[in-house]
Parts: sequence; structure tokens; C-alpha cells
Amino acid sequence: MSDDKPTPNIDDLVIDVEAEKAAKIAAAKAAAAKKAAEEASPKDPWEEKPVPPVHSDAADDDDVTALNGALEGSVVGADHFAGAVTVTVRAEKILDVCRFLKEERDYDFLVDQTAVDWPEREEGRFDLIYWLHRYSDSKRLRLRAIVGEDQTLESVAPVWGAANWMEREVYDLFGVVFENHPGLERILTWEGFNGHPLRKDFPVEGIDTGAAIYPDVYPSGGGPIQPDEGEGA
Amino acid sequence: MTMKGPERPLFDVEEMEVSFGPQHPATHGVLRVQMKLDGERIVEAKPIIGYLHRGTEKLFETMTFPACIPHTDRLDYVNAAHNNQGFCVTMEKLLGISIPPRAAYLRMILAELQRLASHLVWFATHAVDIGAITPFFYTFRERDDILDLFEEYCGARLTLNCMKIGGLPFELPEGWLDRCAEFVDAFPSHIDEYETLLTTNRIWKKRTIGVGVISPEDAIDMGLTGPPLRGSGIEWDIRKVFPYDRYDEVEFDVPTGTNCDTYDRYLVRVEEMRQSTRILRQCLEKLPEGPIMAKAPKVLRSPEGMVYGSVESPKGELGYFIVATENGTEPYRCRVRPPSFVNLQSLPKMVEGSLVADLMAVIGTLDIVLGEIDR
Repeated sequence: MSDDKPTPNIDDLVIDVEAEKAAKIAAAKAAAAKKAAEEASPKDPWEEKPVPPVHSDAADDDDVTALNGALEGSVVGADHFAGAVTVTVRAEKILDVCRFLKEERDYDFLVDQTAVDWPEREEGRFDLIYWLHRYSDSKRLRLRAIVGEDQTLESVAPVWGAANWMEREVYDLFGVVFENHPGLERILTWEGFNGHPLRKDFPVEGIDTGAAIYPDVYPSGGGPIQPDEGEGA
Repeated sequence: MTMKGPERPLFDVEEMEVSFGPQHPATHGVLRVQMKLDGERIVEAKPIIGYLHRGTEKLFETMTFPACIPHTDRLDYVNAAHNNQGFCVTMEKLLGISIPPRAAYLRMILAELQRLASHLVWFATHAVDIGAITPFFYTFRERDDILDLFEEYCGARLTLNCMKIGGLPFELPEGWLDRCAEFVDAFPSHIDEYETLLTTNRIWKKRTIGVGVISPEDAIDMGLTGPPLRGSGIEWDIRKVFPYDRYDEVEFDVPTGTNCDTYDRYLVRVEEMRQSTRILRQCLEKLPEGPIMAKAPKVLRSPEGMVYGSVESPKGELGYFIVATENGTEPYRCRVRPPSFVNLQSLPKMVEGSLVADLMAVIGTLDIVLGEIDR
């Protein structure tokens, strides 16, 4: 009976092992290729890790070179970030710069004007931001002027009518004074309000505005109401 | 000059100061207009605002980026979806997130439904201010259908909080798209119905044609945006000029007026409702499958810089200006550019020299919301 058993052919065995090896290698290769192909094929942008925008120098921007040519020394720096150019200009030249941009560069729409408070900064406490729009090619430009706490700034209300209320708001909430403004009054808070709410040193809880008729309940300087102390009054 | 006898006028000709509001239903909130009148004619009008100031911009500085979104709902409270969208679009610009197409299309659907809802409120209140009470009952019927759709989607009817930085918080409930399509199909016939009430109405025309005129030059100078600017004949829409989400993939027209008056602004807004249904129909057709959130980190940390993003809200250009610090989790400063605030500024220009009754028409046509003006 033992003769009937086919004797294992040594060559077959060798081939089997090698074929197995080859198959394994091929499978591994295929997997690697698939992985590589997956990596190479572009993923949809929403599946990627988001890449935040970066700053770049914008000194060669048309408007910056035009400003430098017409009003020498007015531009301090220019920065490109998230699709917009921010031009830092000297605060004392702001009216000239705005006039020039409106009359010569067609920026006839003041979209927004606001301020940012940096209390610790040495160059000056406030950033005044002007956000301009040009209708002809839909270009937008941001102006930034740095002013100190005691410094005043020329009003741009004569250039764009829209600046009137925006400057009143900046005056109200930040305390930046605009010269030659047609009527610089508080706008969101009332005349007689003490303090400028959007300054960083103004408490978020608010202050005692003098309207508190129960001084025992409402502590001076603001803060949460203290009902316990007020019970005796 | 003193006159005697029958030649003497009944009242002395002198200016009278009248304060209109802040507690007056026709001011759409708490707006006060201090007027100097010469009889029925307005010599000087001065809007006084700030009665609803809540310090929202200050509050933004104390909370993380995603936590700001519910607060944006409260700015323009008849138009929460656009407020959410504006903030999310700006934040995505700052963080470099691009959102999946399904999320973008769903946002557009929500935003256009919200535009219809907001314009319906305008239609109703504007007409009531001028004396036509009936449109109110017609428009609020459809507005309620829209609010039902919102409620089904996110649980809220007014303060929606329906968008997230990087996409949307929820997938649509079952059957929502069918119900939305049903509404969109029926809506144009409702617009025709509203128009039969006012468009050719003689009283309505008398009260609006030639009232509150503002020239295109003045409109640009005063920074008007939205329907008031388009009513003055300037074809300008953020959805066309700076397309966000997927507005560059849908077709729609930007209606404009020619006479720069209240009637033209009325026609512009009515046409905008038709265009919104057109956008809605395309969005419903094209709505792709896929995820509704981009792969954004759980804790959002910002790069240092300033960013401005804007959307076309029913009132005009709604912009968010965010100043962020390196690795910050909350905005260092977040300024809202409210369209109503800037548009209201031209109120004196539009009413001075006209009658007191026209003031109501002009306030209505500016479509202001005080929550957004006072912030």
C-alpha cells in the first residue's frame, strides 16, 4: 500500500513554498500600492486637516505703491492675510490717505470702521480699522491707524457720510476722540455714561452707572447683585 | 409778524419738537426719533438708538468661538440663520476650513428659507405701518410654515443656532426635503397673492411712490447695502460679488429699482422672494450626498490675524470682523457690521422735508431690526 502513496516530489514542495512566498509578496505589494494610490489621490479638502492662512508682505500691492508715491511717509507697513491687504498708515495722515483713496483710487464705499484695544502695547493703545470697498473691481482694502490713549484722530466723516455713526460708536465704546466730527456724541450708551465698554479694562459685568437706586443691593463699581446685604435696608 | 382778525393763522408758525418712540409699535422695536416739525412737515429728524444695547461684542470676547454662535442669533432676531452663517463663514476663513458640499447646500437652503421668513415679516409690518392690515394675516401664514420647517430641523423657531463652524450640527430629519419642496413649489403662488393686495393698490402707491428717495450717489456715500441700495439702481449683492458657501453654483438674478423710492424697494424685495424660491429649487435639486461636517479639530485654535467675512442678509451686508491671537480659543475682538445700523443712518436724509406719516413708510422700507442696531 505504501507504494501506492505518491511520493512527495521535492521539487513540487519547493515550488509551493516559493509560490506562497511570491503570493504573499504580491499581496503585500498590492496593499502597499493601494495605500500609496490612496495617499496620492487627492482627498476632498473637507477631509484634510485645515490649514490656516498665513501672513505675507503686501508692499507691492497697487494701492500701497500708489499711496507711497502720492503721500510719502504715510504707509508704515502692509500685510496680506486671509485674502485681504491691511495697510498700516500714520494716524496723523489718515484724512489725507482716505481722501486720496476715495478720489484717486475710487474707494467710494466705507464698509466698516471700528477699533481694537491693545492696552499693553507700546506703539499706541488703539488700532483704528477702516474697511474700504471699490465697486469697479470689487476690491477691498483695510486701513489700520495706531493711536495712543491721549491722541486724537481726524474724522473721515467729510469723506464718507457713513463714517458719522461709526465714529460715534468708536468714540462711545472705546473713547477715541475724532476731530472735526459733525456731532461727536455717544450713540449706544447714553450721554453721561461713565466709561467706554469695549476697552479691555472695562469689566464684563458692568459698572455702577449711577442709576442704582438701592446702593445696598447694587454695589458701587458694578458686579453681581448682593440680595443678602440688601435685606436690612 | 402779528396779524389781526381773520387773516391770522389758527396756529402760530413755529417749530415744534416731537419725540417719536421709543415705545411705539411702528418703530419696529425701541427706536426713538427726535423730530422738529413745521406743522406736518419734518424739518429735522434725529434717530436715537441704544435702548437695546446688550454688549454682545463684549460678551464675544469672553467665550470660545463655537459658544459665540447662539449669541449671534439674538442680533437680528427675525433672521437667525444668516447671523449664524456669517459668523461660521468668517471663522472658516480664519481657520482655513472648507466645508463639504452637502453642508454648503443645506446652509443655503436654511438661509434662503430664512430670507423668505424675514421678508415676510417686513412685508407684513411695512404694510401695517402704512395702514394695510390684511397682508399681515397672509404672510404670517406662510412664515409659520417656514418656522415649522426650522423647528423640525433644529428644534427652535426663531433663535435657530443651526450652523457650526465647519458645517452643520444635524442631518435632516426624514421627509424634511419633501416637505420643504412642497413649500417651495407652493410659495410663488402665494407671492402673487400678496402682490394682488398691494402692488397695484392705489392707496399703497400714493403712500410709497416718491417717498424716501435717496440717490445712488448718496446711497453709496451713506454706506447703504441690501435692498435699499438695490432700490436705488445699483446691482450689488454679496452672493454675487463675494460668493460664499456654494452661491457661485446656483443661478439667480439681482433685482434693482429705478426710482430710488419706497415703492421700488418694495418691488425689489418682492422680486427677491421669487429669486430665493428659485435658489431653493436649485439647491433641492442639486443637494449632494456626503458628510455634513468638515474634519475640524474639537478645540478650535486660531492663527494670529484679522479677518472679515460677510454674507448677504435680508437687510444688507452682514459682516463679522474678527481679531484673533496666536493659539487663541476665543476672539480677541469680534465686531459685527450690522446692515440695519448703517442703513438707519440715512433716515434723516430720506425723511427731512416730507410728512410725519412718511416717516413710518421710511422706517418700514429700511427694514430695521433694533436687536442688530444696538447689539
